[in-house]
Amino acid sequence: MSRYELRFSGAGGQGLITAGIIMAKAASIYEGKQAVQSQSYGPEARGGASKSEVIISDGPIDYPKATTVDALLAMTQEACDKYTHDLKDGGILLVDSDLVKNLPKGNFKVVSFPIINTAKTDVGREIVANIVALGAMVALTGQVSRENAEKAVLSSVPEAFIELNRKAFSIGYDRALAASA
Amino acid sequence: MSKKVAFLQGNEAAAHGALYAGCNFFGGYPITPSTEVAEVMSIELPKIGGKFIQMEDEIGAMAAILGASLAGSKVLTSTSGPGLSLKQELIGYGCIAEIPCVVYNVMRGGPSTGMPTGPSQSDVMCAKWGTHGDHPAICLTPASVQETYEEVIRAFNLSEKYRTPVMVMPDEIVAHMRERIVFPEQGEIEVVPRKSPTVPPEQYKPYDTSFGDVPPLAAFGSGYKFHVTGLNKMQDGFPTTKAEIVQAEEERQVRKVDANIDDIVTFEEYLLDDVEVLVVAYGSTSRSARYAVNIAREQGIKAGMFRIKTFWPFPDKQIKALAGRVKGIVIPEMNLGMCSLELERCAQGKAPVLGIFRVDGEPINPDQILDKIKEVK
Repeated sequence: MSRYELRFSGAGGQGLITAGIIMAKAASIYEGKQAVQSQSYGPEARGGASKSEVIISDGPIDYPKATTVDALLAMTQEACDKYTHDLKDGGILLVDSDLVKNLPKGNFKVVSFPIINTAKTDVGREIVANIVALGAMVALTGQVSRENAEKAVLSSVPEAFIELNRKAFSIGYDRALAASA
Repeated sequence: MSKKVAFLQGNEAAAHGALYAGCNFFGGYPITPSTEVAEVMSIELPKIGGKFIQMEDEIGAMAAILGASLAGSKVLTSTSGPGLSLKQELIGYGCIAEIPCVVYNVMRGGPSTGMPTGPSQSDVMCAKWGTHGDHPAICLTPASVQETYEEVIRAFNLSEKYRTPVMVMPDEIVAHMRERIVFPEQGEIEVVPRKSPTVPPEQYKPYDTSFGDVPPLAAFGSGYKFHVTGLNKMQDGFPTTKAEIVQAEEERQVRKVDANIDDIVTFEEYLLDDVEVLVVAYGSTSRSARYAVNIAREQGIKAGMFRIKTFWPFPDKQIKALAGRVKGIVIPEMNLGMCSLELERCAQGKAPVLGIFRVDGEPINPDQILDKIKEVK
């Protein structure tokens, strides 16, 4: 059975749990697949390594956590050091090039671009860096269509921020395709 | 019309399940990893004219729901480990005074403050033995978001049907993970109403066993006046130390559950027809177990799973029967061997019980279970 595992990792407060939720929602509500999202985080509300995992499958999902990760996002060096150990051979690693300088050794497809800076300068708000990253993960993994992912994004954010998030998602999607070409 | 679907956390589903069951009073005190239940209830209850109250602590919260239940409300509190410890005296009060209520406890690392954000299954014994004295115990351990929703409804039903506190205990993984949930239509899942008195107020006794082991419970404020106490009591609710009454009442309270085990105990049997290696699991750990059983089957091992949905009363009868026809029983659990003891008691030496016990805040992964399955000869 198809089982695709994604991990969104970074620091608490970067919105990576939200990014994971939206990815899983896109798969399970809009794409017609099954998905489970889980997370683990420390006692801190901000800072500290944080991860959100999403399992996507065509059939029922039993074990809700990652076993070997197909695609991983690391938004900080700490997260990259801590959470890439079980990235699959041939898996995808997306990192923020400004924050992650030391890449793990292994046979991964590494895609890197300045995610937070892109949110700040191209989209206009650093706060949507998680949606830029989500757009990139959607583009790189191909587990859900661009349209369904965008629907999931727009149904998850407050009305006043729809355009901002649409732009963040779109820029992230396109930047990832350009960076991986 | 297509059914309403959502992508929810176990805790959020629990709150919606409670609302479906007619819960109209929540008393609580926030604690990780259960706080989302209180959050949803605080938003939803006012919309339906229900009451949400955040008390000064977990003890007050438990007291509040008992009082509200006596006044006719369907009540819920949610908590986690340390909060469950604090609630114990009043849970016992709920048992002896026979007050329907649902206690939703998310299992995190313990004892004491332990590991607030880490998963655990180490409260299952506390569900039965946490409060002192002989008393009935019902505890449900759901394994998915949809099941959490449905089991909370069942918990309300059981608490009303047997007039006793019922616990729902997901582990932190089930409580915090998100899955798609399909909401049932109104009327699709049975909701059991409280048995009301059929006699006029002057003839009413709150523990009148002429109506059976579960006497009707009048709501305070509805014209029925009666006495409620934590002391052993007579049929009219007033305290007694008369030996024969105390003995009979204690036995009746426990019998409410013991005589109805087949109505209460639920479980799932997975690939048990030809099973040789039995994995018993509950909560999120059963999801790892199912994964491991599937791989074992691919490798030619006749593994199967008995998934406990109702932890208390324990499925003694089913485990006893299975133990007689398997080579070994594997029990993965996020504690140092709580269910394992129950399995050994039920297996009566007919099959060895092999435990995988983790208390480090990490889930038990399928590989660990598969390795243990292979140890069974």
